[in-house]
Amino acid sequence: MASQEMEQLVRREYKEGFVTDIESETVPPGLDESVIAFISNKKGEPEWMLEWRIKAYHQWLKMTPPSWAHLDYPPIDYQAISYYSAPKRPEDRPQSLDEVDPKLLETYEKLGIPLHERAALAGVAVDAVFDSVSVTTTFKHKLHEAGVIFCSISEAIRDYPELIKQYLGTVVPVADNYFAALNSAVFTDGSFVFVPKGVTCPMELSTYFRINAANTGQFERTLIICEEGAQVSYLEGCTAPMRDENQLHAAVVELVALDDAYIKYSTVQNWYPGDENGKGGIYNFVTKRGDCRGDRSRISWTQVETGSAITWKYPSCVLRGKDSIGEFYSVAVTNGRQQADTGTKMIHIGEGTRSYIVSKGISAGRSNQSYRGLVKIGPRAKGARNFTQCDSLLIGDQCGAHTFPYQEIGNSTATIEHEATTSKIGEDQLFYCQSRGISEEDAVSMIVNGFCKDVFQELPMEFAVEAEALLNVTLEGAVG
Amino acid sequence: MLEVKDLYVKVEGKEILKGLTLTINAGEVHAIMGPNGAGKSTLSAVIAGKEGYEVTSGSVTFEGRDVLEMEIEERAQAGLLLGFQYPVEIPGVKNIYLLKAALNAQRQARGEGEMPAPEFLKLVKERLAQMKMDASFLQRAVNEGFSGGEKKRNEILQMLVLQPKLAMLDEIDSGLDIDAMRVVADGVNSLRGEERGILLVTHYQRLLDYIVPDRVHVLVDGRIAKSGDAELARELESRGYDWVVEETAA
Amino acid sequence: MSDVHSEVSRFLERLKERCAERDRSQGREPSWIAARRQAGAARFEALGFPTRRDEAWKYTDVRAIARGDFALTDSADFSPATAAALTLPLEAHRLTFIDGVFSAALSDLGELPSGVAVLPLSQALAENHEAVGGPLGRLTGVDFSPFSALNTAFMEEGAVVRLAPGSVVEKPILLQFLSRSGAKPVMSHPRILVEAGSRSQATLVEHHVGESEAANFTNLVAELMLDRGAILTHYKLQEAPLADLHVASIHVEQARDSRYTSFNLNLGGGLVRNDLISELNGEGAEANFYGLFYGQGRQHIDNHTLANHNAPRTFSNENYKGILDDRARGVFNGKVVVKRDSQKIEGFQSNANLLLSDRAEIDAKPELEIYADDVKCSHGTTTGQLDEEAIYALRTRGIDLQTARGLLTLAFAGEVLDRVDLDAVSERVELAVAGKLPERFNLAGLVEASLALHDE
Repeated sequence: MASQEMEQLVRREYKEGFVTDIESETVPPGLDESVIAFISNKKGEPEWMLEWRIKAYHQWLKMTPPSWAHLDYPPIDYQAISYYSAPKRPEDRPQSLDEVDPKLLETYEKLGIPLHERAALAGVAVDAVFDSVSVTTTFKHKLHEAGVIFCSISEAIRDYPELIKQYLGTVVPVADNYFAALNSAVFTDGSFVFVPKGVTCPMELSTYFRINAANTGQFERTLIICEEGAQVSYLEGCTAPMRDENQLHAAVVELVALDDAYIKYSTVQNWYPGDENGKGGIYNFVTKRGDCRGDRSRISWTQVETGSAITWKYPSCVLRGKDSIGEFYSVAVTNGRQQADTGTKMIHIGEGTRSYIVSKGISAGRSNQSYRGLVKIGPRAKGARNFTQCDSLLIGDQCGAHTFPYQEIGNSTATIEHEATTSKIGEDQLFYCQSRGISEEDAVSMIVNGFCKDVFQELPMEFAVEAEALLNVTLEGAVG
Repeated sequence: MLEVKDLYVKVEGKEILKGLTLTINAGEVHAIMGPNGAGKSTLSAVIAGKEGYEVTSGSVTFEGRDVLEMEIEERAQAGLLLGFQYPVEIPGVKNIYLLKAALNAQRQARGEGEMPAPEFLKLVKERLAQMKMDASFLQRAVNEGFSGGEKKRNEILQMLVLQPKLAMLDEIDSGLDIDAMRVVADGVNSLRGEERGILLVTHYQRLLDYIVPDRVHVLVDGRIAKSGDAELARELESRGYDWVVEETAA
Repeated sequence: MSDVHSEVSRFLERLKERCAERDRSQGREPSWIAARRQAGAARFEALGFPTRRDEAWKYTDVRAIARGDFALTDSADFSPATAAALTLPLEAHRLTFIDGVFSAALSDLGELPSGVAVLPLSQALAENHEAVGGPLGRLTGVDFSPFSALNTAFMEEGAVVRLAPGSVVEKPILLQFLSRSGAKPVMSHPRILVEAGSRSQATLVEHHVGESEAANFTNLVAELMLDRGAILTHYKLQEAPLADLHVASIHVEQARDSRYTSFNLNLGGGLVRNDLISELNGEGAEANFYGLFYGQGRQHIDNHTLANHNAPRTFSNENYKGILDDRARGVFNGKVVVKRDSQKIEGFQSNANLLLSDRAEIDAKPELEIYADDVKCSHGTTTGQLDEEAIYALRTRGIDLQTARGLLTLAFAGEVLDRVDLDAVSERVELAVAGKLPERFNLAGLVEASLALHDE
């Protein structure tokens, strides 16, 4: 990385910390059936969707938050959260970029989001979510020509009810876990992608999430379907402004890959992690799961997690189709008082299924990080294979790095390999770099970037640069 | 006993053997020589049944049986035994286990009963002494941590215990110092006999000073370019392979 | 829930009867023992038996124990011929327990070096109960698990080993636990207490075996305390009858520069759970955990290990291997914890498993929990296939595919046995493994030939 880029990144304050002053239409804090009806009504949803939400709500009421994760945070008061917040003028939404509120565009500019076609990297269409409502979608036309549907989930519910009914909640059932149930009841927006049979999506699809208004939860719902032989690469990026109050985020992402389909889902998450005393920061409880329903289908998760105060996230693959492939590549960096419990589940059901897990965890400051993974080989998964590499790097003596891999193997022809290491940055490596005139901080960042290389190379090019930059921002002040 | 007829073999899509024909009769010692990459090791590997070798045409018969149709172990049980150029290390499997299991398998295939333990131990110890190997060797894992010379001796020891009808020795001389070579050569020579064929694959003539072959074949570009008696090997030693290659091209 | 309640109360009821009977026949126990029993019973009553919802018991269902109706016995009768057939051919200082009851007839301590005491717990209590009261229960309290609480409530017999500083016991100390088949299943709650003084050295062999028709419940607690520089090698050879239920909680405490090496070899038992925990409390302390388990039929074998690095410059090294056939299930949960400020730690863990049947299952969970940065910790787990190249090499020698697999499976176990110094143990286990391997592997006679050669 060039040194001026480094310069630019070396700032102590959370870079994305500012608040856009846009009048919001927000429901008062609290959750009951009327709030759900309000959301559903705002979205102009059909009756069946409201019923689905209410059912989920009742399910949620019966559930308790999970406590098995290696996380420590005060109980969340779900009645203190506002479940809907939308920028003004939802009825006359801008039809093109020119009509978009300049303040919004300015916000994206500051974040360096390439929304303008000028700035947009060639071939990237952006479905931007500002708080809860999809504001604009670019390149829609081009996608339409290819037969690809890329729109907000709200639009999809209105325009493609049959697809929604067929797929929504089939990968992550409403009752899957506490947060998934909550999301199902109150989700406000998110993306919907449908790539029909045989189509390779002509461009990378991208959504930037942003949490803005104070005390509003963000409950996206994303659904991506690739029919037989279809392919898509989807990028999700998240930044949020600085706030004192903890903000809850509980997204659900469902991916469905039919025969020979390939979905690549990449995430860069740099939400506000809270200050060095652990004040503020996002609580991120995400359920992401891909269903390799078809034979020879493939789902690949890549994530770079540097933000949030609390991360609870396990992008998973259900390998149902014969010879289907699941992948999980992760870099997670925690500093300050951040806590992350993240990993993946690879559920091998079909014959000849394969999965690869590469997880790189970096803990610094007073943070704690855990890799939690499950590899399950069902009795019918003949010849299944898994390879897991799980490495932790510790920077400083006040942080923690933990590994909790579960393996449940029920087929004698399966081959499972798991390797994990935990170590600190090699002093000889540091010394070598420093003796070549490189500052300690730069040396650490170089070594850490090297440590994460296997994962970064899985990211689309533009994301890889951003990811490296984020990593350095997160590790500021970790040494010395 | 062994007849290879017009054999064509591909490895990873590339044709290595291109119409090789070779007959070995009982009591004969044949040496296959040739420049690197001529396909010398391919021939013995195909006969032993190694995976990854695709026979596109031709045949291999041993005592009238179609070798290519036989399982790997059936070939060994029938008396076709390969001595590896690079013997595999098998951690945890003791040499004595391998010898006993292999001998039992062979006897069983012939419809004979298991060799009683005392007789077996006596046999093994004799052969060990012949190969100038210590008895503690039997308790060690197959080839694990062995020196190059020990591995080759171990290959010959297995031959001496299993008494194959046709012993194929792939570059058995590689990595041996002169003393080890003598021991190995003595071992091989003790195998010579009316009923047994031996196929030596070697790059250097050196080995053939110790094990004098009845027939020498020069393998060039996947087929036998020239055959002769032991004299041919000596000629190759002094003149190299180029003249055979040129003769073939002409 | 009333079901669960009655399970717990059945055990408590038995405890009450036992205590009353003991008070009648032997008079009151020292008050500290009575107090501990009470604490154990109270804790057990509060916890109940663990369920699959408890993380530590996620893969192990103990209902077979909870629902059992186990009597207690006072008889140490056992056929001397059977005992002779079962015992390890080992020159050793031997204590024998029959269903937990000490058998003087089957024990032979021989001549112990000076400063070394090996005696049944009952005798140690009778001689000086206060000397036992200090260390007993210090490592494994009633809070560790419902089973440690249950053991504390019921404990009566076991073995006490005391090694004076600098003492060296050349011959192994053999503790035999024989399970007897009877009309009614019985339970025993043995204790093992080892106090190894500084720089002392000993080998402890714990051997669980029994009559094949037996179906008893053994709930053992072992506390092993290693003072500075002490070296203890601990073999736990568990060949219990296939209907036996076996739970063992083994806690080790290690002072500076001590070395503890465990061979946890599990071949028997219907339901087996081992907890092995080492507290590495002093710099230079080293713990080695080697394990082998072989399950067949419907055996369930669960091994939990934990290396607690409480001090800087401590080392742990672990290698567990599992082979599972038929419908057997294996669990491996190995954990390395490095406490804050415990720098310069090395912790290595390796676990490999082989499944020989599609109905067998292994659940592995190798964990690292690390709060210090100057550490070198790693773990590797593999479950899967044998080396194809080795299989080919064996087949070129005329060995058929199945036998080749058999040889390599035996070799897989051999990697743990290679580290065993006691021939009587390694030979016994190797023969047992060879004998257990499926018939299709045709290994009969091989190991015997090797042993015959060895004996010459």
